[in-house]
Amino acid sequence: MTDAVHAAPVAATEDTFQAEVIDSPIPVVVDFWAAWCGPCRAVAPVLDELAADYAGRVKVVKVDTDAHPNVAMVYGVTSIPTLTFFNGGEVVKSVVGAKPKPTLAALFDEAIA
Amino acid sequence: MSETRNLIIVGSGPAGYTAAIYAARAGLEPLVIAGSVTAGGALMNTTEVENFPGFVEGIQGPELMETLQGQAERFGADIQFDDATELSLEGPVKTVKTGLGKEYSAKAVILATGSAYRELGLDDEKRLSGKGVSWCATCDGFFFRDQDVVVIGGGDSAMEEATFLTRFASKVTVIHRRDELRASKIMADRAKNDPKIEFVWNAEVTGLDGDDKLTAVNVRDRVTGVESSVPATGMFVAIGHVPRSELVTGVVDTDAEGYVQVQGRTTATNVDGVFACGDLVDNRYRQAITAAGSGCAAALDAQHFLDTLADVELAEVSA
Ligand SMILES: Cc1cc2nc3c(=O)[nH]c(=O)nc-3n(C[C@H](O)[C@H](O)[C@H](O)COP(=O)(O)OP(=O)(O)OC[C@H]3O[C@@H](n4cnc5c(N)ncnc54)[C@H](O)[C@@H]3O)c2cc1C
Repeated sequence: MTDAVHAAPVAATEDTFQAEVIDSPIPVVVDFWAAWCGPCRAVAPVLDELAADYAGRVKVVKVDTDAHPNVAMVYGVTSIPTLTFFNGGEVVKSVVGAKPKPTLAALFDEAIA
Repeated sequence: MSETRNLIIVGSGPAGYTAAIYAARAGLEPLVIAGSVTAGGALMNTTEVENFPGFVEGIQGPELMETLQGQAERFGADIQFDDATELSLEGPVKTVKTGLGKEYSAKAVILATGSAYRELGLDDEKRLSGKGVSWCATCDGFFFRDQDVVVIGGGDSAMEEATFLTRFASKVTVIHRRDELRASKIMADRAKNDPKIEFVWNAEVTGLDGDDKLTAVNVRDRVTGVESSVPATGMFVAIGHVPRSELVTGVVDTDAEGYVQVQGRTTATNVDGVFACGDLVDNRYRQAITAAGSGCAAALDAQHFLDTLADVELAEVSA
């Protein structure tokens, strides 16, 4: 696992999920997405911005549910985009659907409060 | 706050972008508040659009909307991917405040905020949203491979969703309140002839089962009163739309269902210099091409309004 400060979202696979998300020393937001999902595409630039704004404080991890359906299944994802907030390896919160930046920023603030 | 523009268009569906194309081409340099994560409107969440004129083989919804955006930009429309959060529409200078903290002003405003999905209104619906309950078959159908799902509704969107879901699901049950479909014949026939699709008629959804995951949809027969339960891990709600007029209610006249009311065959609202178009005003046709058509009308109405305004200003200056 790396302690690098990520200013952009990191893609995780089934194999790297443990290291990137569960073992992360800082809170993580996992974006469950897929290429065919319009709202996922719409929210992606917002998450890019938030990853930069919260670099070193909240890590943004992307899971392509098409390529890694098992990770999505483990966390019971049936709608995308789903943003799942992790802290210390535990799920803290999940939000379904593309939300505007101010709404998501408030959730990021909550995650590090 | 920046200078007062000619025109602000709120919304970037077929109505908003068409208004932008016409207004930009007329030299009005419109500002489009496109929405942040909903830019492009309803067609961003669909696949094939087969009935928009000009595309022999059909076109993907998102691709159509990118094309409209590009056409508006080509004529100089200023497109901002931001949400309007507060509108002040009365008086000669109208202002729009946004989610990113900006404030814009203009002499005229076109409202084209479309509609949002109608919800069933059950408590369990929110609780199980993202846990089996979905509003977007193209986004979420994939998660229900080899499972039984239900689609609620009897219109074109419901038939489209049901047909699309047969790619993944083992069985699709359409639950509809009436004993016949409202969908167009081609869509209805496609669904009725599909061996994976079953219908439950005259049925009203009364509740959902499942603690942290949907397990069944409970229905009551509206004729016999008999209650039953349809096992399903996925429920797709396609019971129509509600107009997104909440930002302007109380200022702009709306009907009982919330649709913005316009004067006669124009797009003029009761507020001077404020025009409305697309699904926001239309509970009858609700098609991409009719939305685009009324977006065109709104731009022409706004242009006429601005011309008249300029004439009055000129007359005042020379008087
Ligand atoms: C699944 C599906 C499939 C469809 N298929 C077809 C089809 O095949 N053919 C067809 O003709 N029609 C189809 N339709 C209908 C068609 O999509 C609509 O009639 C059309 O999109 C309406 O256009 P509109 O511009 O009025 O609104 P919309 O497309 O709904 O756009 C509304 C716009 O308003 C913006 N907005 C809303 N609130 C705000 C705010 N506060 N601030 C800023 N912006 C805001 C949104 O970002 C969006 O850009 C389909 C609809 C659905 C849902």
